[in-house]
Amino acid sequence: MRQDIPVIVIGGYLGAGKTTLLNHLLRHADGRKIAILVNEFGDLPIDADLIEAKDDEMIAISGGCICCSFGSDMTAALIKLAQLDPAPDYVVIEASGVAMPGAVAASISFLDGFNLGGVVVLADSERIRAQAADEYLGDTMLRQISDADLIVQTKIDLISSDVVQDVRDWLGSANPKAQVVATAQGRLPPEVILGVEMVAGQPQASAHADAGYESRVFSEIPPCDPIKLAKSLATGAVGIIRAKGFVADQAGQNWLIQIVGERFDVTLAKAKEHIAVVCIGRKGALETGAIGVMFAGDAG
Amino acid sequence: MPNTTIFSAKKIITMNPSRPEASHVAVRDGRILGAGSLEELATWGDYTLDTRFEDKVLMPGFVEGHAHAMEGSLWAKVYCGWFDRADPNGKLWMGVKSVDAVVERLQEAEAVLEDATTPLSGWQLDPIYMDNTTVTRADLDRVSTTRAVGVLHASGHIMNVNTKALELAGMLKQGLNHPGIPLGADGFPTGELKGPEVMTPVGPFVGYERNMLDADETGLRNFAKLCVRTGTTTITDLASRMDDDAVDVMLRVTNEPNYPVRLMPFRFFMGLSAKELIVAVLAFKKRSTDRLRLGQIKIVVDGSIQGFSARLRWPGYHNGAPNGLWYIAPEHLSELLHLALEAGLQVHTHTNGDQATQLVLEKLGPALQAHPNPDHRFTLQHCQLADAAQFRTAAKLGMCVNLFANHHFYWGDEHYALTVGPDRATRMNACRTALDSGVPMAIHSDAPVTPLGPLFTAWAAVNRITASGRVQGEEERIQVHEALWAITMGAAYTLHLDGEIGSIETGKKADFAVLEADPTACDPMLLKDIGVWGTVQGGRIFPAASL
Ligand SMILES: [Zn+2]
Repeated sequence: MRQDIPVIVIGGYLGAGKTTLLNHLLRHADGRKIAILVNEFGDLPIDADLIEAKDDEMIAISGGCICCSFGSDMTAALIKLAQLDPAPDYVVIEASGVAMPGAVAASISFLDGFNLGGVVVLADSERIRAQAADEYLGDTMLRQISDADLIVQTKIDLISSDVVQDVRDWLGSANPKAQVVATAQGRLPPEVILGVEMVAGQPQASAHADAGYESRVFSEIPPCDPIKLAKSLATGAVGIIRAKGFVADQAGQNWLIQIVGERFDVTLAKAKEHIAVVCIGRKGALETGAIGVMFAGDAG
Repeated sequence: MPNTTIFSAKKIITMNPSRPEASHVAVRDGRILGAGSLEELATWGDYTLDTRFEDKVLMPGFVEGHAHAMEGSLWAKVYCGWFDRADPNGKLWMGVKSVDAVVERLQEAEAVLEDATTPLSGWQLDPIYMDNTTVTRADLDRVSTTRAVGVLHASGHIMNVNTKALELAGMLKQGLNHPGIPLGADGFPTGELKGPEVMTPVGPFVGYERNMLDADETGLRNFAKLCVRTGTTTITDLASRMDDDAVDVMLRVTNEPNYPVRLMPFRFFMGLSAKELIVAVLAFKKRSTDRLRLGQIKIVVDGSIQGFSARLRWPGYHNGAPNGLWYIAPEHLSELLHLALEAGLQVHTHTNGDQATQLVLEKLGPALQAHPNPDHRFTLQHCQLADAAQFRTAAKLGMCVNLFANHHFYWGDEHYALTVGPDRATRMNACRTALDSGVPMAIHSDAPVTPLGPLFTAWAAVNRITASGRVQGEEERIQVHEALWAITMGAAYTLHLDGEIGSIETGKKADFAVLEADPTACDPMLLKDIGVWGTVQGGRIFPAASL
């Protein structure tokens, strides 16, 4: 049986930097087959030099990625994607500028063959606070932010570092359960957006070209209560942006743990797996000591 | 010498202010040669006198400015609505008043299906009138356990399905976590599916295919039959997804020699970028015929008031529900308005909430300054909560409004008690204020949301009676002649067709509603009960009795 395909929902208003982020992701796909779903092809989010072929329904992108438009029917487009051979490794849905990414994400939950890989909401450092105060858009912006598991604060090269910090604090208070990462030009490691990469069914730690992030493998994990462990990792303020891996319970069953922000997902593994969990965080913010304690079972 | 037919009638209400009444109308080549006395019309030369309407009252064919051709397709399914409703063949389906009655009606339809797996679908269920009783999959399992059963609600946003349908869609499992999928005590879905994204995976299994917006051939023919039965000779399809195939189907069907109505589909804005949309709609426009008028755009700005998805200004929803949803980003709206004005394409915008209306007003102003067009007639559709200031601005901007007069009857009580509260419920669909503000106004049914029937819609605007029998908003009632204007010339104006249709006068299409009684002479409370004999469309005669 095939693994469920992780679906990442990218939200945020027009101009928040979704296009830049997606193109950076596609340029660093590194063998991952990513399927991007967009509302419409019109203002195409894909840089021209990445496009290999295009028809009405699908754009082929170098490196085995694709982009499809779904118009007004996202569910139908996803069902179609699941039937592709080979199936994509990841689906990234670009929600429209006024869509509620949480609602988009909720509709993934009942679709067979997919698994929500997180809601990522982009916020333009320069404009987000004005947008959040806008008469027409304000409540929509705040609801988008509160839907996020991971908030990407974009365009930090356009403002001073003080303001970057102010905006970061504001975003954090607007949604305390999300992790906030900051970027210029959408330069985030793919695993921050997509989640920890699985190779041959095993989570991989990667050495990032981007020096701002680190990923650590924890493999000394005694049998535990997987839900309790996942919850403490996700909500324990230990700097985990994403985590993924296998743990065993007291009865010897293996469980897949996936974390993004405070969202965690624990599912029974289909076979015996190698026990290890990869955690990704910002360099210096990932509290490996505290995380190690949690894995050791002393989290309380 | 061309053939001229002169029809005599008990009375002809022309809606032509310079000659409001006549006894005869002369028709040549599908157009009106003149309306007046027989002596006057005889001056045009040889004629055939047709007296079949001698005891009938003729009005200009009614114009429905906001309906959906989907109504025609829905009649292929089982009617499960609360109110009595006539189908395209004239059969009156009595409203079903309980869950048991819904089940019974579906059972009757099920009994005549031969194959054990054909899906069974129903439509127009409205539990609001049944104390919001929830229909469960167990209820629908009483209809069938071997075939999928699905019933769409009147709102179009909720569907109830049976166990088989869930099973086929792979949704018969425990622990689903979605606000649109209520779970029973056993952890399995109850069979109620709320919202398009949860209905889509089940839809195909219960006979609701993806493109419900686009009517099929039979649907278009049924839609036209409903038009004849209600005196309607020109109608919109607002909106259609309109890919090339759908346009081909519409062209083919409306071209059939006996197709009795002029159809005006608006292209739904979603699925194409603003620039692509303009190109596509300009291309459609070139394919227009007399009976298929292509080349308009429909934008949906917000959701519905009873669904709490309309965008409201302060103080928001009466029951404290959070504000609704935008279906288009303000910048996207602005771009579309600019491009459409530049290209000379007409745009109708769906705005239910007053904040959505305000956004359109604010975006259209600058777009008009950039691309001046003194006669654009962009129309606010529904525009249900607009206040007087908004109507005044709309008038200044050269906009029209098409108000949802039927809404009061069907949901007025709900709005008063729950959604917007007494004050705003009272001024909803403020026809009086709109007319007094000088905004060109039409009124509509939004069929299939409410039944097609311009005389009913006129009745609703004149009387403002709710389903419980209260008058809601006495001050916003309009006169009978104003309501009749709204369903003829008013609607024609919003479609840029007022030079061709909407009144009975020289040069216009020979489109008539043939009525059994005089709507200007009856008790206004009986307006909706006036019988419709049928229509004349482009000079062709369509008796409802022989459809
Ligand atoms: Zn409508």
